Amino acid sequence: MSGHISPKSTYITIFGALMVCTILTVLAAFINLGNLNFPVAITIAVFKATLVVLFFMHVKYGSKLTKLIVGVAFFFLGIMLSLTMADYLSRGWYTAARGSTAAGAIVNISGPLTTGNPPLEPGAQNTSPK
Amino acid sequence: MPNGTIAAHEEHHGHHHPALQHHFQDLDQQHEAATLGMWLFLVTEVMFFGGLILAYTLYRIWYPAAWAIGSEELNIYLGGFNTIVLIGSSLTMALAVRSAQTGAQRATVGWLIFTIVLGLTFLVVKFFEYKEKFELHHVPGPNFQFEGPQSPHVQIFFSLYFALTGVHALHMIIGVGLMSTITFMAYRKRFTPEWYTPVELGGLYWHFVDIVWIFLFPLLYLVDRSHHIV
Repeated sequence: MSGHISPKSTYITIFGALMVCTILTVLAAFINLGNLNFPVAITIAVFKATLVVLFFMHVKYGSKLTKLIVGVAFFFLGIMLSLTMADYLSRGWYTAARGSTAAGAIVNISGPLTTGNPPLEPGAQNTSPK
Repeated sequence: MPNGTIAAHEEHHGHHHPALQHHFQDLDQQHEAATLGMWLFLVTEVMFFGGLILAYTLYRIWYPAAWAIGSEELNIYLGGFNTIVLIGSSLTMALAVRSAQTGAQRATVGWLIFTIVLGLTFLVVKFFEYKEKFELHHVPGPNFQFEGPQSPHVQIFFSLYFALTGVHALHMIIGVGLMSTITFMAYRKRFTPEWYTPVELGGLYWHFVDIVWIFLFPLLYLVDRSHHIV
């Protein structure tokens, strides 16, 4: 069988890189970066996952078909995440009186308008699409 | 012989590898097909965990304060320790596959046992984390107790915490079972440099479970540490 055999040093280097990234992600979590904490954590996690997929799971040395399947997995994951977020994050833009995307506004949309938040001001509904 | 290729193949070699199934031309093709099938399964796993992580992300956007409070209830030392253990187990798994590739049969068994021990270590630590949550009544349900106005939303955080880590732990338990079977096969000297597909595919599964934890650790334990929103 003609599977690619990586030298032991490759695996140990990748392990070291994963450990360094783990330390980085812990350190970054204790620094207040405001809204950036979440993207930083996700970026480091994606980088670590990429190392594992390419070297530990041998995708770097795999066939084009395997690479395509792996790419498709993350492509569809991206569609699921981005389209769902595009929906939920933009729901409050037109329907809430104060242009809020806060939790209360979203509860108001899915439930009856009279519960929870105070009723919309007169005229506010004119901004919402019919 | 209905298939001329197989006939020619068998004529050429006289016999074929006992692991080669008759609907494949050779072991390379069989290995390629098996790897592809495993990756297709992992695609479904990506979507499965992706859905749960999507739910986590949405509720985090809606209830950031509850997420910050809930996240701080988790033990960062145990979570960090488990991260190191699991990445370590991915290294030993990769070395087990490499040993199988090079025909080092005793080393394959050794690395596989090392991997199982690290996997069990992870599960034992997870057990004590869960035990603490049960004792503090942080498990969602009728007995859930949490001080403060955020309590109902913190319960949602813990629901997703248990859903994500629970399903991950279930994958770990299945993984330990798979590894035990593969270790037994390796012990019986079933693998050669020509055929070690179960070790390779078991490794793909194990690394995938490691990747899930690579995302769960920062998302659950770390990401709201510095904010202290109350």
